[in-house]
Amino acid sequence: MKTTILSLMVLSLMAFSVPVMASGDVEHPPHQHWHFNGMTGQFDKAAMQRGLKVYREVCSACHSMKRVAYRNLVDLGYTEDQVKNIAAEYTVTDGPNDEGEMFDRPARPSDHFVSPYPNENAAKAVNNGALPPDLSLIVKARHDGPNYVFGILTGYEEPPHGHELLPGQNWNKYMPGHVIAMAPPLSDGVVAYDDGSPQTVEQYAHDVVNFLVWAADPYLEARKRLGISVLIFLLVFTGIMYSVKKKIWSDVH
Amino acid sequence: MASGPREKFDNPVVEWIDSRLPVFTLMNKEYGVFPTPKNFNYFWNFGAIAMFMLVTMIVSGIVLAMHYTANVGMAFDSVERIMRDVNGGWLIRYIHMNGASFFFIAVFIHMFRGMYYGSYKQPRELLWILGVVIFLLMMATAFMGYVLPWGQMSYWGATVITNLFSAIPLVGEKIVTLLWGGFSVDNPTLNRFFALHYLMPFVIFAVVFLHVWALHVTGSNNPAGIEPKTKKDTLPFHPYYTMKDTFGLLVFIIVYALFVFYAPDYLGHPDNYTPANPLVTPAHIVPEWYFLPFYAMLRAITFDIGIPFTDITIISAKLGGVLTMFGSIALLILLPWLDTHPIRSARYRPLFRTFLLLFVVVFVFLGYVGSQPADATLGPLPLSVFGLLGTAYYYGFFLVILPWLSKNEKGRDLPASIHESVLG
Repeated sequence: MKTTILSLMVLSLMAFSVPVMASGDVEHPPHQHWHFNGMTGQFDKAAMQRGLKVYREVCSACHSMKRVAYRNLVDLGYTEDQVKNIAAEYTVTDGPNDEGEMFDRPARPSDHFVSPYPNENAAKAVNNGALPPDLSLIVKARHDGPNYVFGILTGYEEPPHGHELLPGQNWNKYMPGHVIAMAPPLSDGVVAYDDGSPQTVEQYAHDVVNFLVWAADPYLEARKRLGISVLIFLLVFTGIMYSVKKKIWSDVH
Repeated sequence: MASGPREKFDNPVVEWIDSRLPVFTLMNKEYGVFPTPKNFNYFWNFGAIAMFMLVTMIVSGIVLAMHYTANVGMAFDSVERIMRDVNGGWLIRYIHMNGASFFFIAVFIHMFRGMYYGSYKQPRELLWILGVVIFLLMMATAFMGYVLPWGQMSYWGATVITNLFSAIPLVGEKIVTLLWGGFSVDNPTLNRFFALHYLMPFVIFAVVFLHVWALHVTGSNNPAGIEPKTKKDTLPFHPYYTMKDTFGLLVFIIVYALFVFYAPDYLGHPDNYTPANPLVTPAHIVPEWYFLPFYAMLRAITFDIGIPFTDITIISAKLGGVLTMFGSIALLILLPWLDTHPIRSARYRPLFRTFLLLFVVVFVFLGYVGSQPADATLGPLPLSVFGLLGTAYYYGFFLVILPWLSKNEKGRDLPASIHESVLG
């Protein structure tokens, strides 16, 4: 009887945690192998650096990443000087100064990523009314985020027969509803890699996902590492308490 | 409380304090030598586990409140600041976020334990009712807490749930305006939800105190469902149950830690990582998993109830849904008077046991129904039909099956004593 009840409890927990699926006939993006997955998952710094390059040269034309600061880039393996140089390539508006004027200056490591548009309306005005979402949290804000973003970046195809697309619309097999405003952002060779990695759409998508996962969850690696220590402690403590409990109860049973 | 004759303590400091304020005598009486039935199984750990979760939520919540900003323009950013820039902030937030789920897991199991072993029956009716009050307060607290990060699900969940109150005749609209502090979910709503979310846990704590007090008057129920008669039937709470509870708690914490460290966002909804936007409605608004069975009952009533063959509507579909949902909790309060069978434990009531386990399966299934879009189907039938069937069983279990079983179930022979039930 005990086992029946226990299996019922487990069953109920499992059923509750069935993730809610988006409605529609959208194909689920295939699962990729990710270096950051699993209990001992770690960031792939080389891929993240390449992903940053893809973001800076392609995505950042339309997508902001307001929650990431240049100083955070040391996580990708850059030195503080390198980070300063990357930041200095961007211009931010600061002020007001002592004369009450706003002024432009090169970005510093403490600044957050400079956005491509001054505000949301400006972004919509040049993108056919569609707002390119901020990418800081994009992998957390979508079901199965990493595979989803990879799927979108590699999932462009011709619309099936009978589907007319309006100007500014594109067909993507992994987009809910299939119609996406973003034109295919990547093509082979569009970003030059200097470490000999293949310059293909798949490789770019893979690298940019590695970068975006870090951007959304910068403590992923620290979290998983701390988790191992916590679990080892808990397992040992639980074992000790089990023996204590057994010993104390031995005169009752 | 613990006044009257008092045993002296050897330690002079303890004795000095205890002779003026007998806290040590009280602790010893209630948690040291407190006679506790010796046949508890591991289901009896979940009270202590729920208490641990309450304290965890209060402590982690107070730290989060030190960094959180309750303003619609800043709330989402302040939560992200906690996740990125506050030292250890990500850990505290994940503990709090998943802690809500694990608090509910502990309380659901604790309530199931109470139902399975008849812990709500005479003389523990008030103990059970105080428990249901805690559950209601928890639901309110959890709902308001989920609004605070001001993500898409926060905003739209708040909109859907507060709108429920508009179904109440006459005063409904006024209540909604009062909840919102205006004419839509906006900054005043967020501010009052934050204030109340901070207050409610302490109200819960106070009711938990009453709950434990009531428990220590009647004493615990046990798997056999019979009262202890002799000293052979009980054990002192310490060290037997303090140690057993600690062991069970640690097993629970291991599962909790697995979620905090390895699947911190699994129980949440991705839409809540998108800042609230009143102009964009999510494709599918769902509450947190622990509300899903109740959400399914809310949505099960899709028809107006009126006088047949006329256009007169007495209860609109909306009001019907709201009444059905809140009624499901009201039934829990009435449980001690719906099930009046003299045998407490389902162990000796095979029919009750079958219907109760079916009730659990239906409750879980309702959770599944609640998680699906309103137009989902199961096989050839719309899922809402199953939602209605599930709701019918939920109500039928309380209002028909339990009263019927109370009169007609014969039940098995009870053991002569707890001591004998352990040996047998």
